[in-house]
Formats: sequence, C-alpha cells, structure tokens
Amino acid sequence: MKRENTVDTVETAPLIGHGQTYGTITDKITADVLERKTPRGMLVGLAIAFVLTMVLFISIGWLMIKGVGIWGINIPVAWGFAIINLVWWIGIGHAGTLISAILLLLNQHWRNSINRFAEAMTLFAVGCAALFPLLHLGRPWVFYWIIPLPDTMALWPQFRSPLTWDVFAITTYFTVSFMFWFVGLVPDLATMRDTAKKKWMKIVYGVLAMGWRGSARHWHRYEMAYLLLAGLATPLVISVHSVISFDFSVSVLPGWHATIFPPYFVAGAIYSGFAMVLCLVIPVRKVYGLQDFVTDRHMDYMAKVMLATGLIVAYGYAMEAFFAWYSGNEFEKYMMFNRTQGPYGFIYWGLLLTNIAIPQLLWIGRIRKNMVWLFLISITINIGMWLERFVIVVTSLHRDFLPSSWDMYYPTIWDWATYIGTIGLFLCLMFLFIRLMPMISIFELRQLLPWRGK
Amino acid sequence: MSTTTPLDLHQIRAKLQSKQGSEYWRCLEELAETEEFREFLHREFPREASVWDDSSMGRRQFLMLMGASLALAGLNACTKQPDEKIIPFVRSPELVTPGVPLSFATAMVHGGFATGILVTSHMGRPTKIEGNPDHPASLGATDAFTQASILSLYDPDRSQVPLNRGLISTRDKFLQALSQSLQAKRANGGAGLRILTETVTSPTLGDQLARLLHQFPHARWHRYEPVTLDSVREGARIAFGWIMSTRYHLDKADIVLALDSDFLTHGPGAVRYARDFAQKRKVAGGKQTMNRLYSIESSPTNVGAIADHRLGVRPHEVESLIRRIARGLGIPVQTPAESDGHDSWLAALVQDLRTHQGSSVVIPGPYQPPAVHALAHAINERLGNVGKTVSYSDPVEIQPEQSQAESLRELVSDIRDGQVDMLVIMGGNPVYHAPVDLDFGGALASVAFSIHLGLYADETAAECTWHVPQAHYLETWSDARAYDGTATIVQPLITPLYAGVSSDHELLELMLGAAEPKSYDIVRDFWRRHSASRDFETFWKTSLHDGLVAGSAFPSRNVRVRMKEVQALSAKNDAPKDELCLVFRPDPTVWDGRYANNGWLQELPKPLTTLTWDNAVLVSPATAGRFGLQNEDVVEISGDGRTIFGPVWITPGHPDQTATVHLGYGRAKAGRVGSKRGFSVQAIRTSNSPWWVSGIRIIRTGAKARLAVTQHHHLMEGRNLVRSASLAEYVATPDFASEHQPAAQASLYPDHEYDGYAWGMSIDLSACTGCNACVIACQAENNIPIVGKDQVLAGREMHWIRIDRYYKGSLDDPEVVFQPVTCMHCENAPCEVVCPVAATVHDSEGLNVMVYNRCIGTRYCSNNCPYKVRRFNFLQYSTAEPTLAMQKNPEVTVRSRGVMEKCSYCVQRISAARIAAKKEGREIRDGEVVTACQAACPSQAIVFGNLNDPESRIAGLKADPLDYGLLTELNTKPRTSYLARVTNPNREQDISA
Repeated sequence: MKRENTVDTVETAPLIGHGQTYGTITDKITADVLERKTPRGMLVGLAIAFVLTMVLFISIGWLMIKGVGIWGINIPVAWGFAIINLVWWIGIGHAGTLISAILLLLNQHWRNSINRFAEAMTLFAVGCAALFPLLHLGRPWVFYWIIPLPDTMALWPQFRSPLTWDVFAITTYFTVSFMFWFVGLVPDLATMRDTAKKKWMKIVYGVLAMGWRGSARHWHRYEMAYLLLAGLATPLVISVHSVISFDFSVSVLPGWHATIFPPYFVAGAIYSGFAMVLCLVIPVRKVYGLQDFVTDRHMDYMAKVMLATGLIVAYGYAMEAFFAWYSGNEFEKYMMFNRTQGPYGFIYWGLLLTNIAIPQLLWIGRIRKNMVWLFLISITINIGMWLERFVIVVTSLHRDFLPSSWDMYYPTIWDWATYIGTIGLFLCLMFLFIRLMPMISIFELRQLLPWRGK
Repeated sequence: MSTTTPLDLHQIRAKLQSKQGSEYWRCLEELAETEEFREFLHREFPREASVWDDSSMGRRQFLMLMGASLALAGLNACTKQPDEKIIPFVRSPELVTPGVPLSFATAMVHGGFATGILVTSHMGRPTKIEGNPDHPASLGATDAFTQASILSLYDPDRSQVPLNRGLISTRDKFLQALSQSLQAKRANGGAGLRILTETVTSPTLGDQLARLLHQFPHARWHRYEPVTLDSVREGARIAFGWIMSTRYHLDKADIVLALDSDFLTHGPGAVRYARDFAQKRKVAGGKQTMNRLYSIESSPTNVGAIADHRLGVRPHEVESLIRRIARGLGIPVQTPAESDGHDSWLAALVQDLRTHQGSSVVIPGPYQPPAVHALAHAINERLGNVGKTVSYSDPVEIQPEQSQAESLRELVSDIRDGQVDMLVIMGGNPVYHAPVDLDFGGALASVAFSIHLGLYADETAAECTWHVPQAHYLETWSDARAYDGTATIVQPLITPLYAGVSSDHELLELMLGAAEPKSYDIVRDFWRRHSASRDFETFWKTSLHDGLVAGSAFPSRNVRVRMKEVQALSAKNDAPKDELCLVFRPDPTVWDGRYANNGWLQELPKPLTTLTWDNAVLVSPATAGRFGLQNEDVVEISGDGRTIFGPVWITPGHPDQTATVHLGYGRAKAGRVGSKRGFSVQAIRTSNSPWWVSGIRIIRTGAKARLAVTQHHHLMEGRNLVRSASLAEYVATPDFASEHQPAAQASLYPDHEYDGYAWGMSIDLSACTGCNACVIACQAENNIPIVGKDQVLAGREMHWIRIDRYYKGSLDDPEVVFQPVTCMHCENAPCEVVCPVAATVHDSEGLNVMVYNRCIGTRYCSNNCPYKVRRFNFLQYSTAEPTLAMQKNPEVTVRSRGVMEKCSYCVQRISAARIAAKKEGREIRDGEVVTACQAACPSQAIVFGNLNDPESRIAGLKADPLDYGLLTELNTKPRTSYLARVTNPNREQDISA
C-alpha cells in the first residue's frame, strides 16, 4: 500500500487494538462469519426483524388491494408517513458514502474499520427509502411512467418536476453505493473463499470474489477503480439530499419554499446517518468483541462529526425562524407560529429537544466515550431527525394559504405498520449481512497496522 | 378460426372412448383432429417453424426471420373473431343521434310546488337537470334538491316491488285486494275511506280527488307535510278573510325585511326570489345603488348570513319585534308590556321602511305564527308595497282551507274512534314525521286496510297492509303548479325502472274504477277538458315543449287587509328570558327526510356548519359556555316529558338561549345511504308547536359522537381572502379590492399565448347566498363520487367546487361571508410544474387540464396548490352499481382509485360548444358555454366566458374595479377571479343594538 499515510498526532487512543497482527485480524473477522456459531441473541433479533418484515409485506399487500386511502393522508395533507420515511431513510443512507468516499479522499484512515458496515447500512437504508416513493403512488403499477422510457406515444416524464429528479438521484445513488460496496468487498470475499472449509462456501464466495488472486496488477486496478468510484460517489453525497430537498423547496408552500433547504438537508442527513451507524455499531461491537478494530477513537470521531453536523442543522432551524420573521410574509410568519404553537407544536419542541438540546451533551468527552450514553444520544438523534421530517412535511401542509382547507393529519395503523415494517426489513438485512459477509474490511484494517498507536 | 368445417360429434365421442387413461384436450377441434386445428396449432405454437432450415440458415436469414417475427408478434391479436351479428338501428328512434344529448322540459315538485326544469337525456338516460329559463320559478336556475333529484331516480334502494305486510307480492294481487275492499266502499258511499296526501298543487290530482269524493261522498281527504305552510295560509286568512298566496317582487324592493325567513334558499319561489334579489344586490358594472336586507331570525340561515343587518333572537321574540315595527309605522297594534331592547336597531329599520314606501317588503317565514304573517301583510299594505313589491293571488294549493296539522289530527282521532277502515297514503312518510303527540304509527296499526304509495319501502310502508312502489317524477306523467300558479305538465324521461302503480293519478283512477289507467291518459284527459285552447294538440305539444302552460299563472287580486282583525290580535307575553328554547327547522340538505337516501345531499356540506351526513344540536357559543358544552358532546334535550339525544355543534351567530335541530335524520328505513344517520327530532315535535318548543332542558350525557364537517377553521387569519366593503366605501374607493394587489412579477419564462379563446370565470361575492346549488350541479355534471362519512372525517370529500365560509367579527354575532372556490386555472399554475408525468398541463385556451389516465397519483400537485382545490381518489370511490352508473355523464371520465381530479371548467361543455360553432363555421358566442355551476346558480353569481373577446360579459367583469384574484401575491395569475363583496349597511343604525 503506497498511499501516503498522514499521522494523526492529536489523538492518542489507538485506531486498532494492541496485539493485533495481520493474521489475527483475518482470523477474527473471517471466523465470525465462517466458524462462529450464530449467537442466540442474534437469532432472536433476526426473528423479530423477520416478523416486522412480514408486517411490512402485509401492509404493502393491503395497500395494493385498497389504495393509499388506508393511510391517514387527506387533502390538504396529501403526503404523510411515506414521504417522511423516504427522507428519513435517505438521510440515514448518507453516512455510508460519506465515510467511504469523502473520508477516503481526505485520507481519513480511521474510516477503514467502519466503512464496510456503514456502506451496507447505506444500501439497506436507501433500499428502504426507495420503497416509499413507489408505495405512496396512487397507482403504483404504473410507476415506470416516471422513468424516461421511450414509448409509442412519445410521452416523457415532466423534467421540471423535482420528483423526476428524485428518480435519477436515488437510483444513481443506489447504483454507485452498491458498486462501491461490492468493489470494496471483492478482496475480502477472496479471503473468505480461501479461508472457508466447506465446499459450498468456497463456491459461493469464490463466485462473488470474481477471480481475485491478489496479484499486484489486481491491486493496482482495484485501487484505481476504488478511487474513481470514490470520486464519483462524493458529489452524490451532496446531490442526493439536495435533490430530495428540492421536492420541498421548489414548491410554493410556506415551510417548504426555502433556499436553505439543500445544505440543511445534507447536514441533517449526515447527522442522522452517523447516528444510525453508532446505533448499530455499538451493540455489534459489543456482541462480537470488535473493540480492537472499532475502537473508542472511532466512536469519538463519529460523535464529533455528529456534533458538528448537528450544529449546522441547528443553524438551519434558526434561519428558518429568522427568515419567517424577516421576510415579513404573513404566510411564512403564520407557518412559524403554527409550528411552535399550533396543534403539532409539541412535535416541533420535541424536535428541538431531541435534535438540538440533548446532543449538546456530546461536548463532554466522558459522554462521548461512554457507549451507553452515546447509544442513547444516537437513538435520540434518529428520533429527532424523524420528527424534523414530520414537522416539514405535515406541519407545513396542514395549514397553508386558505384557512378553509386547513385540516389535521392522523397516522393510521397502516402508516405505522409500513414504517415499522421497513425498520424490520432494514434490521433483517443488517443481521444477514453481519452473518454472511465480513462486516469489517479485512484488508483495509490491515493497512492500519503499520501506524497504530502513533 | 373463421372458416371451419362442421365438427362430427359422433366421431369425437368415439375417439374419446378409445383413449386410454386421463387425457387432457383443449377443445373439440383438437379431439376431432381437424385440419384447421392442426394448422392453428402450427401457427400459434410453431414447435418447428416451417421456415427453419438449419442447413441454410445464415446470419442474414436469421436476422430477417427475427425481425419479421418481432414485427408480426403484434399481429397475433388480428386473428379473426367469430362472426356474431348484431342488429343495428336500421330505423333509429326519432331525434336520437348517438352522442348528442336531448333536453326535455318538465318540472320537479318539492313540498307541493313545482320548479320548471330541463332534463338532459343521453340515449334515453336522463343524466342532468337544468333550470327551465322560461319557467317563472326557475328562470334557468335550480336549487340543490332539484339538482340532486336525478340521483334519486337511479337509487338502487328505491322500492321495487309491491309489499303485502312486508312480504314481496305482485301488482295483480294488490289490484285484486284493492278492488275487493273498494266494492264494500262503493256500497256504503265510502264511509271509512280516507286518503292522506302531502301538499297538492296538481290540477289533475285535485280533479281526481274531487271526483273520488263525489263518488264516495263519505270518504275524506287529509293533507299533511312536516314542513307545512299552515301559518302562511292562516296568516293570510286573518289578514284578508280568506286564504291568499303571497308573491314577492324583489326586483322592485330596495329594503327587504326577513322575519325568520329563508326566502332565498327554501320555500316556494326561492330560486326566483334569489335571482330577483341578486339583481338588486349586484353593483358590478358601475352601479351605485343596491338593496338592503334586514333579517330577524331565530336560527342562522343563509339569508341572515348575507343580510346587511341581522338580529338573532329567540323565536317568540319575533312577534313582539314586528308588533313594535308595526307600531312604529303607525299601525295601532298591541305591543307587549315589556320592551325587549333593540330600540335603536328597530328605530333605524322603521325609518328605513318609512323612507322606502312602495319599494320595501316584509317577508315573514313559515316558521312564525299566523299573527306575524298577518302583521306583515298589514305593514306591507301600510307601506304601499302591495302591487309593487308584493302581490296576492288565489291560493295555489288545492283545498288549503284546513290547516294540515288540523287535518292530520282529525284523521288520527277518526282512526282512534274506529271510523277508518281503509287508508290510502299517497307520498309522505307520516309514521316517521308525523307529530309525536298524534302517535300516527300507533293509530295506523288499527286501520284494517292501509295502502302506502311511495318511492321507498320506508317506515310508513312497514306499517301498512300494502306498500306499492311509486314512480319517480322523471318516470311518470303528472302536473303541478309553481309558486305563482304557473302549471307545468310533468312528462317522463324514462319508463319506470321498477314495476308498481306509477303515480298517485293511476292509484286514484284505479279507485275510481278504471281498469288499466295510464298517467298519460289521465293528465292529458284533464287538460283536454280544461284547456281553453281550441286546438288541443297544439296546446299539449306547446305546453310540453315549453315546460309550462302558457298563461296559467294566477292573476294577482286586489285585497285589503282587515286592519281591525289584525289590530285585535292580542300580544302574547314572551317566555321568560332564561327559558331555553328548541327550534325545529327542515334540514338544508335532506329536508324532512325525503332525501335521506340521496348520497349527494347527505354529503353536501350544510350551509354555515359545513356538516355532512348528520344533524346536530346547534347552539351559540355563549349557550354552550353556560352549559359547559363542547362540539360533539351528546346532550339530552327534554321538554314536556319528551326526550331526544343529539350531538352539539357550536354555531357562532346562533341566538342565545336557543338550540336548533333539523328534521330529516334518524331514519330507520331510508335505505343504505340514509338509515341510522343523525337523530330524529320527531320524538319532541308536537302538532301544536311544530317550529319551536320553550322550556326545554339540555343535559350533557358525557357521550361523544363524531360529526363530519368539511371546514374546520372559520377565520381568515387576517388574510385578505374575501374582500368586502360597504356601499359607501365602494362609492368612495371603487377599486378597494384591488388597490393593494401586488403588481405581476417579472418572469424569465415567456407568457402563455392564446390566439383563440381564453376562458375565465368571475364569481360575484355580493350575490352568492351560499345555497349549494352549484356544488350538486357540479357533482351531477362531472360524475363526482360520494365518499361516505368516514372519508369526510378523514378530510377526503371530493367536491370540485366548495363554498368556503368565514366568520368576521364577534363570536356571538359574526359577519358571515361565503366564497365559492373552484380550480383557479392559474396562468402560472403551481401544480403543472411539479407533476412528474405531465398529467396536469396547460392547454392552448388557458385551461389547466387534468389527464386522468396519465396520473400516477403522487399528489404533489395538490400539495403545491395554494387553493387546495384538487381532489384525490384515495380509495376506489366511484361505484359500479348498475343503476347509479346510468346517471353518469358520458362526456366525463369516471375516475378510479389513485387518480387526482379537479374542476375542469366543464371542459366537455366547451368542447360541445366548439363543435357546434365549428359546424356552423363561426366563433363560439358569448354565453354559449355555460358551466354547470353557473347554470345552477339562482343568483347568477357565476359568469364564464372568453377573455379574449373584449365584448364578452366576462371581459367586462374582469375590468371592473371590484375584480380581484385570490392569493395573487403568489404570482399564480388565477383565471377565476372574484367581484368583491359589497354590503349596504344602514349608516344610521347602531349595529350593536
């Protein structure tokens, strides 16, 4: 590995545990997949996640039979949980690419032990997110009309609509994330192939490894491809959530029509993405005893990234409120009044508490290093980010221009079932990933060895 | 397989028998192993394509073959289908051109009185009702009931077979039973035979009844209708000595005083009155005068909402107020000892009436006692209004002398005395709606032989020996008179959908002894005998064609008020101030319950409350506060040992110490739509006090009931949505509505260009009474589904035009404004840019059109619509019920689940006009395209037309200083705009009185 390693002189905590060698890293990570008996807790978790996934499938089935009327949406609140969840999941899906691509380009090598995990999380989160724009359609069976396919009537999508941009943004993001993840997996899959004892395992991992032999030429091409993909993926981190935010900011609705949305959405996305990575890594690290690979220093870094992005988000909230007042626009002013004092006011205050107030605890070093605290704060941030999307989508819609059409939105049991169902699907996929794939990048972790403890 | 050789079935059987084990065969042809089948197999499933020759298959040939296969793949569908000859219309019915609707004149009867209508019929299916422009009670407009009656025609819950004690029977058996019991009656001169009808104005029916009573001298005819005009008639009798019909000429009235009257929305002539009133009301076009409306009312009405001065009082206070007004005008009537305030209000009113002698009018409502009517007649005479704004004629009803309450009471007491053994109920549902003190249902049970002729197998049908399905008015012949006596011959548009005795006429004629009477013959025979015209055939055809019998309006009669009798009426003292009062009113959508099974009317938001699917106990905010009541609290209302339960709805502007309940709900047997909705008020409504009862108690039960309203927020939040000014302000600043309107913003995009037509709409807020006719007209025209109470509760009602209602000012006596909102057809439509599939686009004439079959249902357009006029099919709302499907307008797509829809400016009507104009090689004329809402509007508040034509009415209105657009600060440039509301308050009057 000829890449120049910058040395972090400030941090003293190691990025990789003492006593780890090339051999131990490989043994530990491959054994978790190939030899170790599936922990009982994991089976229980998978079972729960599976049940929730079934809940999702049932909700989807009922949705297809009856229509989106099974949800609580109405006129004026024509978008509800589906869009909230879409934005929430996409936001969560931001951490992976950010960690993989941007930190790679910035030579932040500490990312090496968490990137695989984060990328997988990204893929699954984007997968969950991508369900919602399809499900929320009144006529989902003709969803492909939104894709620019040539047809006999020469009808194209309407390219001025942000929803059309969404299709490109999400599919591109998913494709690039998937390639990035898979390309990164190839050398490790070869390691798995070589370590596996059982024949069928050798075959499966062998096929997936695509003939990787670890020759210098392979490594050369791999490095080139990985770097290029990182370069491709980097603008996507910014673009995906910017485009999602256009869904709102392009409209005329007070509370949606704001120029601050793209940066504020991206910051929020990274914020929630890191929170979700922490939520998942903390228990997995504990269960699998990976403290040597995903060290306290990683946790500390991630907590700091959260703190920074959280402050950007806080700035966004402040600017929304400021401009509502400064614009002098009666509709904007009322929007802000309604957010804070209206029937959904408690959600806005809950958002400020969970997204702004509580995360300030991360300024305290001891809390950053306390895994229980960190886990709880991450969960809080995930809830907060969901509330933020609720505030944006529902609170803006339910009271817009003409008071005669103001109404309330109450989610139904099917709204909740679909939402919780996607969480189940996400966890299910995560469990399967942990069980079947090397969850930490073996070869990239080995790169850390030469300068550990520096 | 077009040409086949005939199959030999014997051979096939033999073959089947010879097969071993279980063999599957695809069709008879296969078994027969015919040549054609083998060839078919070969063509359809080419196991070895005949051209496939391995040895010679080169690359080029392969590609050729592939290309040809691809190209021919689509031709599979071209396999010739078997010949099934259908017979075309070799001789098509006269006048019917497929795709071109016909229009027939007839009349809809409501509460006995006719409104002339034109019914649109598509290939024999009546689909839409419009007003008859030649008919004096319509002048081209209609009310919501008339619009909705087309749905009742196709109601699948209508009674379809005769019932004998609830069991299905036949028409023949009924006729047999009828003739048997009539034989006995013939012998004894009809003793014990009674007939009960609703209010009757039909000349033919009147003639038949007269003949029947002649044939059966001991028989009696009774009339009862829950929304009775008894006090109107009795008031005239007191004033004039005999019963007269009163007609108002509001086109000549500058000052109108309504006394507990909703003359603009309900009652005989309301549609006409709304038109006349609006003519004097509208100021657009530079007029600087308008009429002034005072309303004293005990329950909020549309009239009170648009009144310049409204006084909400308890119902019995109206009489003392009119006494004081009469006294103020110099009529020496008794006044109550105690004055109940409102002095300056009354003084200003009296002054106004004084200065408008001959151009003012006092209109008492049917809910007030006869004395109020008599006093109103006296005031109108004193003011010199008779012959100008008021005229009188002979009564329009047949046999109005006896009050209906008295008539029914007599019937019930005769039944109780055992004097009735045969009762024929023609129309009406007295078991449900008769006053509770009469216990009509109990009495009916003791009648040996009872017949109910009705549209529905309702509560009364269940208690009668026989129920016979009645034909809908669009299915049968009849006649009726309008509020001014104008007769219309009601002609059917369609043969009866269900078997029965189609009409009252046929039943009466059967009783008179005719063998197989036909309504047509009965009605025609009557007019043959009574028409003055010598050429009856021409008279008949002309009358049918025009929808009215020319010259049949009753002439006005000169009558004098008997001042002595009026002055002798003694003033009653008011009920104590703290006594609670319960007011009964017909429901604004289901009336007395007769429209309960009409889904359009059930889902129609009631004016002021916007309540759907239910009735409620309306109370004022102050009264609610006094009893600690919240919306939807179920209360127990009791008085005189009688009790009803119903949920509360707090209504700003409702008089204090009063509660209003509406008739027509709590039906047990209305049908699938109307049964078990709301609560019945009949349990507390007695024959002596049909319109209010004092001294009631209201107790909270602690239970809650959900009420589905369509508007939850009632204030404009300081937004300049409904712009209004007083006449004086308007005269001083004619452009008050648009003076603060922001200038159009610059855009990078070029404007749309319109070479041909540019459609636009203008809605006059001064004229809108909030009567809802437009809402139902739109629903009927555009195949808009109903969604049900649950979906309304979820906020998913589908109306394309809605009437927003805002309150202004104090909670106890707010100003009420109505604002009909349709799609604005914005030039810069926010919905168009956000649709990802271009399902909503701008057309070359400026319409914002919705392409249903392109819509995938993202609902983004609705989110981005500032007016929230878009409606979404969240579930499958349109029904495939066969009879209801017949009502659908074939020119408008029926939308399915998952599709957005909205007002289209009745694009199908624009297209029809365009086709007609093109055929004649001309432009569409101004006024040629009339939208459904515009056509229905009684006050002509809606105008539609081509903005590119500078001579058009719409262009003139758009240039009017009153014109303003809604939310134009968003730069949407709406095509629908409003004429600001101008009111005419009396400046000398102290409103706080």
